Amino acid sequence: MLNNLKGAFAVVVLIAACSGCANRAVEPTLYDQLGAHAGIEQIVEAFIGNLADDERMVKSFENTDIDAFRAHMIDQICELAAGPCVYQGRSMKESHRGLGIDAAMFNVLVADLMQAMESTGTPVAARNELLGKLAPMYRDVVTRH
Amino acid sequence: MKSWLSLALVFVAVGGFVSDAAAGSRILGTGGVSPIEGGSGGGLLSWSTITGYGSTAEAGTTAFATTVRVDDFDLQTLGAAVGYGNRLELSFARQKLHVEPLDLDLKQDVYGAKVRLVGDILYTPWPQVSFGVQHKRNHTFDVPRALGSEDRNGTDIYLSAAKLWFDGFAGRNLFTNVTLRRTRAAETGLLGFGGPKSGYDLVFESSVALFLNDRWVLGYEYRQKPEVLDAVSEHDWQDLFVAWIPNKHLSVVGAWVELDSIADLPGQNGGYLSLQAAF
Repeated sequence: MLNNLKGAFAVVVLIAACSGCANRAVEPTLYDQLGAHAGIEQIVEAFIGNLADDERMVKSFENTDIDAFRAHMIDQICELAAGPCVYQGRSMKESHRGLGIDAAMFNVLVADLMQAMESTGTPVAARNELLGKLAPMYRDVVTRH
Repeated sequence: MKSWLSLALVFVAVGGFVSDAAAGSRILGTGGVSPIEGGSGGGLLSWSTITGYGSTAEAGTTAFATTVRVDDFDLQTLGAAVGYGNRLELSFARQKLHVEPLDLDLKQDVYGAKVRLVGDILYTPWPQVSFGVQHKRNHTFDVPRALGSEDRNGTDIYLSAAKLWFDGFAGRNLFTNVTLRRTRAAETGLLGFGGPKSGYDLVFESSVALFLNDRWVLGYEYRQKPEVLDAVSEHDWQDLFVAWIPNKHLSVVGAWVELDSIADLPGQNGGYLSLQAAF
């Protein structure tokens, strides 16, 4: 039975490897799937709520201007999702320099964001696509391994 | 079988009632599950993932029980592993293979160590690459010896690369792992190590798994096997699995396995069930 799967397996791997080359012009943009600006605002609000409830994170944000943080994060996600925004904050590398963020803290942030997207009813595909766009920030944010 | 079931119940009871906060920081599912040789991996294959959910300066411990039931064989495996800092993994597994036509048991222990060399399955553009060692000690060497096996103990080494592709297939996250293993183990070592056919073989193992959502995973695995013994032929293995990871303390894997012919007994297909508890 599974011998037929060997071929299917190769096809899946090929399609996955080529997912970037597919023409997505007909699909709604990630910005639309996230619920446009209002949807992104909701996600960021839920994310900040999760951070505030998370004893592992709340200390790291003691000196953070939450209003500025919120505005920057909305702009950033909006821009990454091909929405009509321009992120004007500092680079991720610059804004996290010297904070000593380790992989454990980064994972907690990701989990809080995943939970925020789940709680706001963001579709699974949009959640995954956004996570994929945010994942490269790891290299700029995490300085302790 | 009875002791296995009671252990399973303990796992479910403990795993189901402990909160996620007690586990490490890594994202749900990134510790893999417990393969038959212990440590972190899929059902039949070892992966480059580190067991448990420990991230920087955190430790994670896992314990598992697995049963594989095919036409003429019944494999029971129990084991435990510890991961530290998403960097190092130490593992132990005890296997007992019951050969029904002969009514005998073949047993071996597997001591494993794995180190993550580079990368992170989620966050780096390159894959997470790990190097692993599995030292296996066969405790029922009379049967392998009779089949022409040279040694009762053997050591596999492997290099493994894994990556999660966000939004990789149909909007879902796709996990892929490839492993290159240097081995002279016949039927993973249950039939001994080394023999007339070859010295060490380099074999290829690969898994692909689709996260239907954060907690349900559907996967397929293929494991190439070495040609070691003359007396009996050895064949590649494959399986199709479903994993349910309700929280960071419990995972359940069910699979359909096709082990082809083992010790010249053909058509060894059947079911696989594995439970893992993690802390």
